[in-house]
Amino acid sequence: MRLAGLAVLTALAGLSLFLGVSDLRPADLLTDPEARDLLWISRLPRTMAAVLAGAALAVTGQIMQVLARNRFIEPMTAGAGSSAALGVLLTTLLAPAAAIWVKMAAASFAALLGSLGLMALIRRLPPTDPLLVPLVALVYGGVIGAIVTFAAYQTDLIQYLGTWLTGELSGVLRGRYELLWLAAAATVAAWAIADRLTLLSLGEDTARSLGLNVQLVTAAGVVAISVVTAMVVVTVGAIPFVGLVVPNLIARSTGDNLRRALPLTALTGAILVLGADIAGRAVIAPYEVPVATMVALAGAVTFLVLLNRGAGRA
Amino acid sequence: MAQRLAWLALALAVCTAGYMGLGLTGPLDFILPFRATKLAALLLVAVALAVATVLFQTLTANRILTPSLMGFDALYVLVLTGMIYGSGVTGYAGLSALALFVINLGAMAGLGLLIFTGLMRLARRDMMRLVLSGIVLGMSISALSQFLQRLIDPSEYQLLQAVSFARFTQVEPLLLGLSALTILPALVLSWRLRHRLDVLALGRETAQSLGEPPQRLQRQALLLICVLVGSATALVGPFASGGGGPSSFFGLIAAAFAYRATPSHRHAILLPSAALTGAIILVGGQLVMERVLHLATPLTVVIELIGGATFLYLLLKRRAA
Repeated sequence: MRLAGLAVLTALAGLSLFLGVSDLRPADLLTDPEARDLLWISRLPRTMAAVLAGAALAVTGQIMQVLARNRFIEPMTAGAGSSAALGVLLTTLLAPAAAIWVKMAAASFAALLGSLGLMALIRRLPPTDPLLVPLVALVYGGVIGAIVTFAAYQTDLIQYLGTWLTGELSGVLRGRYELLWLAAAATVAAWAIADRLTLLSLGEDTARSLGLNVQLVTAAGVVAISVVTAMVVVTVGAIPFVGLVVPNLIARSTGDNLRRALPLTALTGAILVLGADIAGRAVIAPYEVPVATMVALAGAVTFLVLLNRGAGRA
Repeated sequence: MAQRLAWLALALAVCTAGYMGLGLTGPLDFILPFRATKLAALLLVAVALAVATVLFQTLTANRILTPSLMGFDALYVLVLTGMIYGSGVTGYAGLSALALFVINLGAMAGLGLLIFTGLMRLARRDMMRLVLSGIVLGMSISALSQFLQRLIDPSEYQLLQAVSFARFTQVEPLLLGLSALTILPALVLSWRLRHRLDVLALGRETAQSLGEPPQRLQRQALLLICVLVGSATALVGPFASGGGGPSSFFGLIAAAFAYRATPSHRHAILLPSAALTGAIILVGGQLVMERVLHLATPLTVVIELIGGATFLYLLLKRRAA
C-alpha cells in the first residue's frame, strides 16, 4: 500500500518536473545551466508545493474530523480557509507594508479564531444528526467568506482577493513557497500526537478516564489545523475538499488508528493535489486550469458519492 | 392577518416611493423610466423567488431548504458558460434576447426538474442529507463552470464575468417583458394551488387520505418552481456570490421573515406575505445600498451575509426540518 503510493508519487513528481511551457528534458540538466535553473527555481518548488500542501491538507482534515467527531468536515471549507483570507485582507488594509511573516501570523491567528468559533457552534448541536455538522460548517464558512467579499468590495481589493480564494500553483517559485515547510512541520507534529488523537476519537469521557489531557490535545490539534490552513491559503490559496475526501477514502481501508492511517493520508493527499496540478497544466497547455478547480471538481463529486452511498457511518 | 399584510404592503409602498423619488438629479424624462424598469425587475425577481421558496418549503416539509441552496444559481452559470463555450462569444452575442431567454429557461427548467426529482428520491426521509447533497452539488456545478470558463478564451471570459454576476444595473426592457410573461402566469397558478398546498402541508399520508395525491401536486409545484426561479435568474443573473459556497439565501430570508410576520399555515396568507417581504428586502435593500450608504458592494453579498447568519440561527434555534 505505502510502497505503491510512494511509487505513484515519485512517478508523478518526475512527470511534474519535466512538464511545462518550456521544454525540459532530463538530459539537458547535465549540459545546460539554464535548464538547471529552470528546475531549481520553478519546477522543483512547484512540485514540492503541491506535495506539501496536499499532504498537510489531508492530514489536518483527518484531525479536524476526529476533533469534531464527524466524517464530513474539513478546515478549508469550514471557515478556517476564509478566516485566513480575512486575516490577510485585514493586515493588507491596516498595515500594507507589513512583512510577510506578519501576514502569516495574522492569517494563522484568524484561522485559529475561525476554527474555535466553529468548534463552539458544533458543540451546541445535538449529536443525533451527524449531517447537521457539515451543513453548519459549510454555511459558517460561507458567511465568513461573505464578510471577506464585502470588505474587499468596500476597499477595492476584490481583484487581489481572487488570488487567495482560488488555489493555484502557477506563481510558485523558489523563495515563495517555503512557508509550506511550516505546514509540513505542523503536520509532523500532529502525527507525533496521533495516538492521543485516536484516544480522543473514542469520545471525550472515555479518553479522560484513560488519563488523556483532553483540553491540551484538542488545543494542539486546533493549532495544527489553523497553521496548516493559513500557510496553504497564504502561499497557494484555498484548495477545497482535499481534507474531506482523502481521510474518508483512507478510513475505509485502514480504520481509525491514526498512527497507521496518517502516513497513508498524507501520501494520498499529495498524490491528489500533484495529480490535479499536472492535469490542470496538461489540459489546455500552454494555459492552466487552477489546481483548486481540478480538485473541487473531483472532490465534490466524490463527496456526493460518499454522502449518499449508505454513508450513515459519519 | 389581513391587517399585517396591509402593513407589509404599506412598508413596500414607502420603499418603492423612496427608490423612485430619492436623489433625483438630472432630466426626469430619462431617470424616471430608467428607475421604473429597474424597479419592475426587482419586484418581479423578489416575488418570483419568494413564492418559489415557500412552494419548495411546503413541498419538502421544512423551512430551511431553498431552491437556491440546491445549486440552482450555479446551474444558471453553467448553462451560460456552456452556451458561450459551445457557440463562442460571437455566436453568443449574435443570439437575440428572445433566443437567449428561451434557451436559458428551457435548460434550467429541464435540468432543475431532473436534479430536484433525483435528489428528492435520493433523500426521501433524510432532510439533512438532502440539504447537504444540494449544497455540495451546487459546489460541483460551480467547479464545472469554472473549469469550462478556463477553456474559454480569456477575452471571451470577460464577457461571461459581466453577465454572470447579479447586478440590477442593466435591465433590458425586452427581457423584462419576457420574464413577466412567464413569471406572472406562474404566480397566478401558484395562487390557485394555495388550498391544495394547505392540504399537502398536513403531511403526505394525511394529504393522500384527503384525496390530494402528493406525487401529482409535487410535480406541478416543482414545475412552477423551476419556471419561477429560472425566469428570475435569466432576468438578472444568478443570485449568488461569486465562486463556490452556498449560494444566495435571499429566498430563505424572505420566507423566514414571512413566517415570522404572519404566523399562519394558510398559503392564502403565506404566499402574498412572502412576496411582500421579499420585495421589501430587495427594493429596500437596494435603496439603502445605492442611495443612502453609497456602498460599492453588490446587494447580493450583503444578503448572503445576513442570510447565512439567519440560516445558522434557524438551525441552532429549533432544529427546523
